[in-house]
Amino acid sequence: MSIDTAPAAGATALDATSGGATRRDVLHRLLMTLGPILAALVIAGCILLAVGVDPLAYYSYVLEKGLFSPLGIQQTLTRMAPLLFLAAGLIVAFRAGMWNLGGDGQFLLGAVTAAASAPVLVQFLPAWLALVCAFLIAMAVAMIWSLVPALLRAYQGVNEIITTLMMTFLGTSLANVLVKLVFRDPSTTVPQTRTLPVEDRLPRLFETTITSGVLLGVAAIIIVHLVMTRTAFGLKLRIVGANPRAAVHAGLGVPRLTIAVFAISAGLAGLAGAVDIIGVQGNVRADWNPAYGLAVIPAVFLARMNGFAAIGFVFLLSVLSIGGESAARRLGVPNHFTLVLVSIVLIVLALAEYVDHRYNQSRKA
Amino acid sequence: MSGPSPSAIDSRDIVALEGVTKRFPGIVANDSIDLSIRPGEVHVLLGENGAGKSTLIGMLSGLQQPDEGRILVDGKPTPITSPRHALALGIGTVFQHMMLVPTLTVAENLLLGGSWWQRPRTEELAARVAEITNSLGITVKLHAKVSELSLGEQQQVEILRAMVRNSRLLILDESTSMLTPKGIEELGALMRRLVARGLAIVFITHKLKEAASFGDRISVLKLGRKVGEIPPERFRALGEQEIISEIVELMFGKQKDDPEAVEHPIRTVRAEAAPLLQVADLAVAPTDNAPGLSSVSFDIRPGEILGIAGIDGNGQKQLAEALAGQRAATAGSVRLEGDAIEALSVGERRQRGLRYLTDDRLGEGTVGTFPVSINFFLKQVGAAPFWRGGVEQRAEIDSRAAQLVREYDVRTPSLKTPVARLSGGNIQKVLLARELAEGAKVVIFNKPTYGLDLANTLASRQRIRDTAARGLAVLLISTDLEELLSMCDRIAVIANGSLVGTVANADDARTKVGRLMIGLAA
Amino acid sequence: MTGLFSEVFLSALLFGAVTAAIPLLLAGLGEQMSEKAGVLNIGIEGMMLAGAYLGFVGAFYSGSLWLGFLTGAAGGVAVALIMALLCVRIGLNQIVIGIALTLGLEGLTALLHHFQFSRSYPRLPAADATVIPLLSDIPVIGPAFFKHHLLVYLAVALVFGMGYLYRRTQLGLNLQAAGDKPAALDVAGIDVIRTRTIAVLTTGALAGLGGAYLANVGAGLFIPFITNGAGFLGIVLAMLARGRPVWVLFGALLFGVCLSLTTAMQVAGINIPTDVIQMLPFLAVMIMLVLFGRRASLPAALGIPYERGAR
Repeated sequence: MSIDTAPAAGATALDATSGGATRRDVLHRLLMTLGPILAALVIAGCILLAVGVDPLAYYSYVLEKGLFSPLGIQQTLTRMAPLLFLAAGLIVAFRAGMWNLGGDGQFLLGAVTAAASAPVLVQFLPAWLALVCAFLIAMAVAMIWSLVPALLRAYQGVNEIITTLMMTFLGTSLANVLVKLVFRDPSTTVPQTRTLPVEDRLPRLFETTITSGVLLGVAAIIIVHLVMTRTAFGLKLRIVGANPRAAVHAGLGVPRLTIAVFAISAGLAGLAGAVDIIGVQGNVRADWNPAYGLAVIPAVFLARMNGFAAIGFVFLLSVLSIGGESAARRLGVPNHFTLVLVSIVLIVLALAEYVDHRYNQSRKA
Repeated sequence: MSGPSPSAIDSRDIVALEGVTKRFPGIVANDSIDLSIRPGEVHVLLGENGAGKSTLIGMLSGLQQPDEGRILVDGKPTPITSPRHALALGIGTVFQHMMLVPTLTVAENLLLGGSWWQRPRTEELAARVAEITNSLGITVKLHAKVSELSLGEQQQVEILRAMVRNSRLLILDESTSMLTPKGIEELGALMRRLVARGLAIVFITHKLKEAASFGDRISVLKLGRKVGEIPPERFRALGEQEIISEIVELMFGKQKDDPEAVEHPIRTVRAEAAPLLQVADLAVAPTDNAPGLSSVSFDIRPGEILGIAGIDGNGQKQLAEALAGQRAATAGSVRLEGDAIEALSVGERRQRGLRYLTDDRLGEGTVGTFPVSINFFLKQVGAAPFWRGGVEQRAEIDSRAAQLVREYDVRTPSLKTPVARLSGGNIQKVLLARELAEGAKVVIFNKPTYGLDLANTLASRQRIRDTAARGLAVLLISTDLEELLSMCDRIAVIANGSLVGTVANADDARTKVGRLMIGLAA
Repeated sequence: MTGLFSEVFLSALLFGAVTAAIPLLLAGLGEQMSEKAGVLNIGIEGMMLAGAYLGFVGAFYSGSLWLGFLTGAAGGVAVALIMALLCVRIGLNQIVIGIALTLGLEGLTALLHHFQFSRSYPRLPAADATVIPLLSDIPVIGPAFFKHHLLVYLAVALVFGMGYLYRRTQLGLNLQAAGDKPAALDVAGIDVIRTRTIAVLTTGALAGLGGAYLANVGAGLFIPFITNGAGFLGIVLAMLARGRPVWVLFGALLFGVCLSLTTAMQVAGINIPTDVIQMLPFLAVMIMLVLFGRRASLPAALGIPYERGAR
């Protein structure tokens, strides 16, 4: 036995994409989302009060720096690019009932391969083709990395939570080894990969500092959403996620679909790494690990695995983290506070859903 | 309310129910039920699925609490608040679904429930068990893992557990549904010995014969109400046939005969027609928790219904799954219209016209959270005209689904309703619609009426007869001998993964099949 | 032979291995109990962090290491209480809440540490070792295994205590039933929710203790994110140990040796990135999984909230 049923149960509880919602449903869902966020802001505010910070001042500073200042919003949108790709990958996995908790390892390996290949490729390929190739290589590496957990899950029934967790530890270390030993830039003293010249990176949007990677991210997540909700392939994955035994009964090739899910999910995580490097960072420094993978999971849950909602929550997460980083410098509140806030939102939302569900049941009875 | 009701509290009752009502969202599971349970009596609770038997048991064993009315224990009103409380009151329950931990040994299971700071008293238990088993004439392997025991053995362990706990009242919830005819007789004899020792027994069944032969008192439940009772005095005065006809009257109104009994089929199977399905020497490897199949062979001709009789768990599911392609066969051939299909996938076999209607409607037949409309097409995902180029055509899906809902009379609030919200009978209609849809040639029905109420049972049987009448070949797997006798042309008996004999459904079929089922020659 | 394989080096290496293994051992044993009872506890990383922070604060202000362990365990229990309430009592998704708790405690402990100590990282005095007479005189092995803090010996003893608990006591039976067939436990008259709650709270206490040991004895200080995945390693160990505490001990020691090797390499100035060694235990486990690819024998009801009467 494995714990297959756990993700399935989670997926069904959070899966809310049956089409044709009435206006009342929309209103209800909006209330069920904004209410908990508001409540979480209040609870987190109490924590701020407890450590002697004025929550209103903090929140308004975060909003100003992350949303309303020209520089802040540009940083926020730039930050969204890798997060959107990661979220897209998680949507595929979670909808199919598979807990890919290995996003960070896949992300870093994608980042490192992109950082290693792009500066080389631009030397003898047209820039756009070089970047496309770098993206594809990053994606392929991340896909291959996911093959071990995928095969183990598909053919041996080995629980993917352990294997993806282990692969993420392995991948993080491997990425460092690659930076330090294989792809190290000989011309610098700090261990890092060669830097991709700014002019060869993904173009910026208009006259801003926003990377065009954010558009790619939005496109990726919308495509994923449409595939999951509107196509036969997406339906097959959702059947596997909601009731794996029904998938077998209906004659779906569950092992192959499992491998496909891991490949797509990891491939998107690899693209997330590539878009961060090719669009923003330009190189990978040793021991660099922004740990986006774990941070995005709550956003995907909050969005109930709906792609469009996920864009919104990723945006919110980016505002909070960019604003939080500024606040750390100015107000002396470490940006770790963002984690606390996200965590409280997640818990309050889960509670709200429970209460709502209970209320509906008792009303029916 | 109708029927006699024992209004006054009788001092002989160890447990009595007074006007007990229990509601669930949308239904009244029990509607002011009165019941009296006395030592030395087997009180049979008779009723169809959905009559409210399980809810009643739930309340007696502390899993649920009544919304209205009260339960008296030894004449005193006593709310039974938890399973622990029920046990302390001396009420032991053997549930329909086994309540043993498969990874623990029999002894460990019997010890479950002790206070956590105690050390399990293994020696004490062994002595106590020996004492009980000796007096009851059963044997129990204390150190075997429960997962290694047969269902019958597991049931004995559960009864033993109730005895070890000094239960005064033993509740047996549909305990015979998994047993062989011989096992049923043994259980009946055991019940008689237990009541002779002064125990009270509540025995739940939906089989009239068992009620008549093992009971002292019968209460009949129908749609949550108690519609009648035969007290012991009357019970003893009547013969078995009289009891049965009285019960039938209580359960189904004024009908002379068992409504399930139908004339023998008068379809004419064209004997000269080539078989639609030919199975030869089919074998499947056994797994940890299921028997395999060995050398299963049979043919089914167009318009023919071949029944598979046998005790549940003797390879029926393996047979169905191997034919459908869900389970790998290790040997043998399967031919559909003469073409070998044993190497084809589930989807390809379905494409060719082989359909499998599973007995596990929610577990594998449907995706409960998905809308009714999508569940009609679970086995056709990606196929035109419902998907084009891999893209869902919602209008096509909805119009076809609406058509099927009408044709098969699926009672659903809307096409978007999650299928799990429908009743069992309506879910079955969704499956029937899906499997009988265009292109069906051979249909495997696995326990098609299991858990359905009478109306849906009769409707499903009619669908199956119609299917055969259309010239399709039907394999009907059922554990209900009456069902098979009323529908099949021939009946094969499966035991331990192989077919032990095939009987033409003639007058003596019942005896022959019965003999085969208990391991005798037909 | 001198240098790398000198006696002193070897015993220091093994000493470090044990020190690194203890938090993993405690976390693994804790997680094992939760999983046995049917609760997948992804929040264990958060429980360890709570234990590390509160354990450090307790020891720092009281000057007593043992008081620190106590506050650490209490911190773990506090987080476990939330987990028990949300996931066992009212049955919310265990993975969602687990991740939320881990993220939340990562943030909260870093935040509190910042406001308590600003940018300073005060150290605790080195922990007193309990030297075991005679055994500690054995060359190499003596200083490596028998000159540790008393808690280390207690943790190892706990392995056997747990083994006894699971196989020989009523609570052990109840825990296994809660994970494999909760309904059977319920009808046997034992409260499933309570049994699982006991398991989760115990997990919290052990994880908190592990975190406190990590901060107070292993590092001697608290830094944000100090556990660095130790809780997740605990989950991996528990899942691989198939319900046997002694396998958690072996696994923890394997990881401990590798972690210790990285430090030792750095000290010895050997020019291999420490990451290579850090990869070894994971590689070993993955290779084992690929080779023996067995169906992980996890409790049947793992991750499924129990609701009485639900089928």
